[in-house]
Amino acid sequence: MLSIRNIVKQYAGHTALNDVSLEVNKGQVFGLLGPNGAGKTSLIRIVNQITAPDSGEIYFNGEKLNQSHINRIGYMPEERGLYKKMEIGEQMIYLARLKGMSRDEAVKRLRYWFEKLEIQAWWNKKIEELSKGMQQKAQFVSTVVHEPDLIILDEPFSGFDPVNAELIKDEVLELNRKGATILFSTHRMESVEELCDSIILLNKSKKILDGTVKDIKNSYRNATYLIEYTGDKLTFDGSQPFSVDEETVTDDSNTIKVKLNAGTSANEVLNYLIPKTSINMLQEVVPTMNEIFIEKVSKLN
Amino acid sequence: MEKILLIIQREYLTRVRKRAFIVMTLLVPGLIAAMFAIVIYMAKQQEQIVHTIYVLDESSAFKGKFHDSKSKKYVTIDYPLTAAKDTMQQHENDMLLYIPSATDKKDSVTVYAKKKSTLSLADDIQTELNNIATGNSMVQAHIDTVQLHKIKSNIHVQAQELTDAGAKSANVGASYALGFAGAILIYMSLFIYGAQVMRGVIEEKTSRIVEVIVSSVKPFQLMLGKIIGVGLVGLTQFLLWIILSTIVTQLIGGGGGGHNAQPSPVTQFTSNLGENIVYELSCFIFYWITGYMLYSALFAAVGSAVDSETETQQFMFPITLPLLFAYLLSVSYFFQAPDSPLAVWLSIIPLTAPVVMMVRIPFGVPGWQLGLSMALMIAGFLFATYVAARIYRVGILMYGKKASYKELAKWFFYKE
Repeated sequence: MLSIRNIVKQYAGHTALNDVSLEVNKGQVFGLLGPNGAGKTSLIRIVNQITAPDSGEIYFNGEKLNQSHINRIGYMPEERGLYKKMEIGEQMIYLARLKGMSRDEAVKRLRYWFEKLEIQAWWNKKIEELSKGMQQKAQFVSTVVHEPDLIILDEPFSGFDPVNAELIKDEVLELNRKGATILFSTHRMESVEELCDSIILLNKSKKILDGTVKDIKNSYRNATYLIEYTGDKLTFDGSQPFSVDEETVTDDSNTIKVKLNAGTSANEVLNYLIPKTSINMLQEVVPTMNEIFIEKVSKLN
Repeated sequence: MEKILLIIQREYLTRVRKRAFIVMTLLVPGLIAAMFAIVIYMAKQQEQIVHTIYVLDESSAFKGKFHDSKSKKYVTIDYPLTAAKDTMQQHENDMLLYIPSATDKKDSVTVYAKKKSTLSLADDIQTELNNIATGNSMVQAHIDTVQLHKIKSNIHVQAQELTDAGAKSANVGASYALGFAGAILIYMSLFIYGAQVMRGVIEEKTSRIVEVIVSSVKPFQLMLGKIIGVGLVGLTQFLLWIILSTIVTQLIGGGGGGHNAQPSPVTQFTSNLGENIVYELSCFIFYWITGYMLYSALFAAVGSAVDSETETQQFMFPITLPLLFAYLLSVSYFFQAPDSPLAVWLSIIPLTAPVVMMVRIPFGVPGWQLGLSMALMIAGFLFATYVAARIYRVGILMYGKKASYKELAKWFFYKE
């Protein structure tokens, strides 16, 4: 539904985005990853038409991105805030109407969300009178009240307290199940594996990796296994079908991290080891996104 | 377009509902009413006092020739000066006019009063004495005073303005006062409402809501909506001031005065202006609007470049300088020399024109100068809005970055 093609964006003297392309499919939860300063916010601002790219094109549902798509996108920026001296209900109506909703429709949708997030009692309160948590809920409501097809969240979990972060995450996933496409940026890798279908990894204004989380993880499997056994410590003479990377010895068990020789499988490893010792565990070592991220970034540096 | 209207609506309503707006709107007519009431009260007090002037005329030359007036009553007495002085001590508003037998000497006529006599009253008496003395002398010199009265001309200078439509009577005073007031009003409102625009921009930037809004509308729409919204607040305030001031001064003038009620100063003022009022008011409105648009755009750009109001100083200075310069010169010098080259040029340059032109208008401005000034005003505010918008769109998204002039120039040249 969102196709970003060869985007280049330069600010005086430095390049924020260098030929970045990506495809977001309908109904996906898409993660935009990268260290600080990689160009995530620049890309998000371009998708939101806050700034325009120097070159490159963006297609939204097959059409070239234009002003009419603004109402189909919900955006929660990294730097969040609301008018402090304005009443919350009135302010939410204002923001919804800026997204093209009628007043009546906005009120109806807002009532629904306020009740859902249990902030309906605060309708006539000014933002400055609300607790931080309430403000964060209100901020989220203003992002999704116009039922956008694409929800863009810039660092959604930073700045939220853990309870609200969890609540927002659940609401976002529920919206996703109802058909909304989610694009969010983060530098917190652990949230990626839990939430994302696909990711793009940006570093220093360039795309260095993209694809589905599953594919990426598979491609980073390198036939490494963790094996735990009990009994006497084994010694290896080089005839075994693997090489040993690490050995850890504790009082009641031994653990080895092994890398399989080319053309061998885990079964052969077991066949080799079973006669010699008793196996407690054999587990494939799949790199976490965090490890992939660090590996990718440090390799490039 | 619909979104700009929404923004204008919000900017307008949030400001008009503020307590400060309501207080200011009521306070100014209240002050005018209070001033007006004091003036009327003072005038009434003055009228009610009737001074009784006891005339002790030893020369007998003035006997029976004094004329009573509303505030003066002459009573001739014939007891000696010392006794007369004693009676004076007891009455506050009474005076004793002592005319010795020989009046040809200077300083011989004396007025005694318990209170220091007011200057105008002493003047009145002096004029009257002189008139009587002159008359007496004429009679003595066998001059026919009746004949003389006929000959004596009574010239009163009336200001006439030469226009294409022929001579037109104009009250220079009222016209001038309007120009002067216009200059001060424009000067003040450019600051007051320009600063409101700036504060609004800073508020949006520091509260970080601006990024949410510019994901729905273009930064230019947000800036324009804010400028127009605040401008309408200013116009509303002026309109309410004029209406409320007229009402309260009418009420005070009509209610307290009875049959000799004075017309309200506003109606008195406007009737004095005659046909000029339409011309001067339209000039005022034109310069108010274009001047406000020009300066508030600059103020908006300043607001977008900073993170708090305290940081605005370095950018405010070059903006306020021409305005202050124009204002000080206008009130001190230009109204005496409205056609001096400096006044002419400053009334054409957009940054100073709104204030300086207001002072010049009552004295008549050549058509080409007014036309050029207005054309440049429109060009000026369009240009200022363009420059400001380019700085604004980048500035509002730059958090925690100290901006310098170099930085602002860079922002200006950023592509979309």
